[in-house]
Amino acid sequence: MKQLTYLKKVVTLELDMQKCNGCKMCITVCPHEVFDFREKKAFIKNKDQCMECGACEKNCPEGAISVRSGVGCAAGIINGILRGSEPSCDCSGTKDSCC
Amino acid sequence: MKPGFINGTITTPNGDVPRVSTKWSRQDVWSTIKVRWAFGRNNYQVRPGLYATGSPDSTSKVYVTSNFKLSFDHLRRALDGLNAWILVLDTKGVNVWCAAGKGTFGTRELVYRIRAHKLDKIIDHQAVIVPQLGATGVSAHEVKTQTGFKVVYGPVRAADIKSFAESGYKATPEMRMVKFPLWDRLKLIPVELTYGKYYLLLIPAVFFILAGLNPHGYSIDAAWSNGGRAVINLMAAYVAGCVLTPALLPWIPFKRFSLKGLTVGWLIAVLFLFLNLLGSSVFEKISWFLIMGAVSTFLAMNFTGSSTFTSLSGVRKEMKLSLPLQIAAAATGFIGWIITRFI
Repeated sequence: MKQLTYLKKVVTLELDMQKCNGCKMCITVCPHEVFDFREKKAFIKNKDQCMECGACEKNCPEGAISVRSGVGCAAGIINGILRGSEPSCDCSGTKDSCC
Repeated sequence: MKPGFINGTITTPNGDVPRVSTKWSRQDVWSTIKVRWAFGRNNYQVRPGLYATGSPDSTSKVYVTSNFKLSFDHLRRALDGLNAWILVLDTKGVNVWCAAGKGTFGTRELVYRIRAHKLDKIIDHQAVIVPQLGATGVSAHEVKTQTGFKVVYGPVRAADIKSFAESGYKATPEMRMVKFPLWDRLKLIPVELTYGKYYLLLIPAVFFILAGLNPHGYSIDAAWSNGGRAVINLMAAYVAGCVLTPALLPWIPFKRFSLKGLTVGWLIAVLFLFLNLLGSSVFEKISWFLIMGAVSTFLAMNFTGSSTFTSLSGVRKEMKLSLPLQIAAAATGFIGWIITRFI
């Protein structure tokens, strides 16, 4: 099946290729094949597929990746607006849980 | 009380570890169905800690999961026939991916559990297998620095664990991809249906009561006929937004979920127009298009939270335009509908 895509040209993902050590961790953790590998460095192949989950940033030992990660969830954003906080989902009831 | 899935104990240098069955009992199947319908979903937990399947020893692999019982059940079922350890993190009963997004399935909790259960005494290979979607909360290199344990990212889906193990504990690109096929979307629909909670009764009730208003006062007959119709229209819009749109997601045009929902909501409204369910006056018909469109588009937009490919930046952009329009349409439609009671 073709990958589903969402809005284009909105994603905040950045990769500093100068810092990349070629460990491929970003490729391993990305659920949407956003990264690829060329000449011992990772590069962003498919930015519009990124869902800003933040796994790559968290697992890049060189700190070469930055992304404003968070829940891509309308209800979460509404919660955030109502509470004046960051978007946060609490659809599974208890206060400190999510989704 | 000892949970039904525990069927023995394994003795380790750090004491006894409960051994769990890799089969689902009838009770497990029934609870899964219930939790998919949101019954008891907020308290569907197993106790965090270390468990075993088969007869693991110091060379066996350690699979990490959350303490949402559905996640735990899928993992133990996938480990059928393997000798393995299961390390359950305390995620307050939330699944791996969502808990990782929140950070409860994260570096800190994993480091804590590795130490608390003295994994270095139980196994001699110093590695844990973390589901790939846990990577949003777990930093592999930090776990390594803090504990000496290597984090190996396993497949997205527990069902792929066998082939992952057979291919030398390497997840193939296929196993690393998150897709969102029809069946996965359908499994989410029951929970989506419960989204409205008590509003599902309250809002139709308000419409039903107001439907009795007329220029001469109040008429119970009008409440029955107009109100009954109103309830059907509202429910249809609800279903359009949280059943039809998710199910048909890839086949509905537009990228924005709100536009997808609007499309389906209005298609239903057009159908109802021909079925004479939208009332007799043009004014009421327009009101219903506004209300049904607003309900469907709002609910469809909420499905971004359940989908597996929407980014925060994207949803923000979409909502900036849609949310004010949805509120305006619902309000205008509602006022318009009340006015039609008097003309």
